[in-house]
Amino acid sequence: MDTLVQQVINGLVLGSLYALIALGYTMVYGVLNLINFAHGDVLMIGALSALSAIGVLQGAWPGLPGWTLLLLGMTAAIPVCIALSLVIERVAYRPLRNAPRLAPLITAIGVSILIETMAMLIWGRNYLTFPRLLPDAPIHLGNATISVTKVVVIVLAALIMGALLWLVQSTRLGRAMRATAENPRVASLMGVNPDSVIATTFAIGAGLAAVAGVMMEATYQVAHFYMGFIPGLKAFTAAVLGGIGNIAGAMVGGIVLGLIEALGAGYIGQLTNGIFGSNYQDVFAFIVLCTVLILRPSGLLGERVADRA
Amino acid sequence: MHKSLALWTALAATMILTGCKPGGADQGPVILIGSAAPLTGEIAHLGKDNENGVRMAVDDINAAGGVKLGDKTYHLKMVGEDDKADPREGTLAAQKLVDEGVLAVVGHLNSSTSIPASRIYADANVVQISPSSTNPKYTEQGFRTTYRVLANDNQQGAVLANFAASEMKVKRVAIVDDRTQYGQGLADVFERDVKEKGVNVIDREFTTNKATDFNAILTKIRSMKPDLVMFGGMDSVAAPMAKQMKELGMKSQLLAGDGSCDPGFITIAGDASGVLTCSMAGRAIEKMAKGEDFAKRYKAKFGTVVQLYSPYSYDAVYVIVEALKRAGRPDRQALVDAMPKTNFEGVTGHIEFDEKGDLKNGEISVYDIKDSKLNLVASFH
Repeated sequence: MDTLVQQVINGLVLGSLYALIALGYTMVYGVLNLINFAHGDVLMIGALSALSAIGVLQGAWPGLPGWTLLLLGMTAAIPVCIALSLVIERVAYRPLRNAPRLAPLITAIGVSILIETMAMLIWGRNYLTFPRLLPDAPIHLGNATISVTKVVVIVLAALIMGALLWLVQSTRLGRAMRATAENPRVASLMGVNPDSVIATTFAIGAGLAAVAGVMMEATYQVAHFYMGFIPGLKAFTAAVLGGIGNIAGAMVGGIVLGLIEALGAGYIGQLTNGIFGSNYQDVFAFIVLCTVLILRPSGLLGERVADRA
Repeated sequence: MHKSLALWTALAATMILTGCKPGGADQGPVILIGSAAPLTGEIAHLGKDNENGVRMAVDDINAAGGVKLGDKTYHLKMVGEDDKADPREGTLAAQKLVDEGVLAVVGHLNSSTSIPASRIYADANVVQISPSSTNPKYTEQGFRTTYRVLANDNQQGAVLANFAASEMKVKRVAIVDDRTQYGQGLADVFERDVKEKGVNVIDREFTTNKATDFNAILTKIRSMKPDLVMFGGMDSVAAPMAKQMKELGMKSQLLAGDGSCDPGFITIAGDASGVLTCSMAGRAIEKMAKGEDFAKRYKAKFGTVVQLYSPYSYDAVYVIVEALKRAGRPDRQALVDAMPKTNFEGVTGHIEFDEKGDLKNGEISVYDIKDSKLNLVASFH
């Protein structure tokens, strides 16, 4: 049982990252019925931009404390990601607003490959190390250890998700987003500009991805032009698990997926008496996803998709 | 009508332009040498290193006057393909190289791409020399075209097991592999050999070659308190694993094979790299007679340090050229027939092949990390 606490902590860290990324997928799907495959790569660009910015800051002001560098790095990454996301939306997705569903999907994959290759050309093929900004001495809670970085990830993700929920439920913008998600044409009759709401949705999703990217590279301390691919895939799974289009669903789906992966990897061997090992970790996660979707096809908290009648 | 005519003209022009290959001045007859390595993906830094070794050899040979066969002097040209370290892409890259008319191929990097690709090369009678694949199955398929210029995992796993039992004197070891042919193969050989030496293998865990989060499996391993964690796989996985071992407060050492034994590991793992002991399937570059000179020239030419296998891909090109000289003509079958008689002193040492295509008397070097640099600890024949 002493490993259970540790595995839960691992799962929460992983889950918080997945949740932040999943929110981007789910919000875009809610308003556009489009799975933005390039989202994982927006995360990667945010992470690499933050890395470059921190490198420049460290060179110019060597005495800056780690916390400040991390915050400044995030502040640098967020506008880059938002700008990139808005450009993608304007150039790749807006012209295909009324095209058959397949066209924007393939475009999204194309944009993803384009961004990955651009990043490879700009930042090189090698793995880049993220400097150690937060103290890394393990803090012991009984038999489990946690580091400052992991605590920051969990707390920051929780704060951001809380802020997003407040934004969507209690502000005018949030109401406009929900209206556009429900029925864009009727929303426009009510005085909402769907184009600007959609652009705002992309921007918020991109901002979240930037934060997630910086926290990911702070946790694992590597950055690479390919780093967005797998997290993007897993976050999309998390969004579907929680109910695609549903913001609370993405948060729940992300945390649940993170916990399943951590607990699964840790306990599959014991549960199956050694027949299945930890290499079935992803299989375990996908079996849970399939079971949930079979029993409850709209995901854990239900789908919210635009009514495009 | 005008709009679509303009569009079609533009489209046609683009297609014609992309089809054009940049041609240089006519330099006489050319011999094509293929290079297949992962230029994108997680181990792109190692793949580019392989390709750079081939490029340097081709440039050196051309600068020295090319290859004289009979009464003609041939110019070497490298044809590089990206196999993305993926078995399916590897077979596509292999087919492309064969179709382009290469005489021989230096590649691929990992065993899981070399082995499927070897069938394509064997069917086309194209000599394939791998500078880095260590899985024994590569040369056990019975093809006359498969060669490697480094030791294989039967030797490497045995050396690692021996080192762990006798030098590191560990009693409890946990084994993790990345489920690729290389990682799994090496871990299996290690497990078998280390059990024979009386060491207790307390756990066997698995991951993938794309994973970056090992907190779950490391937590499980930590609860069993091993002296040593042995990992079969590449540096892109081993380095984050070392870091997470440190973060979880694990006291175990990390033992790994040649895939993790490069400066890239130290760069990524940072101050967690001190926990590593690793092996290389060849002679240490410090012990290579021309090693230092090679490393200097490599750095001057490409701007980065030697990562791992570039001296081997460099030697592979020379082995091909020597065999071509014996063959007397630029013909695939003649080259296949001339390869077994290879007897060459390269940068990496003496190169001779046994009847399967394995390197004779391959050496295994064991390193640990001191002052953030690879430090040679022992060499085994």
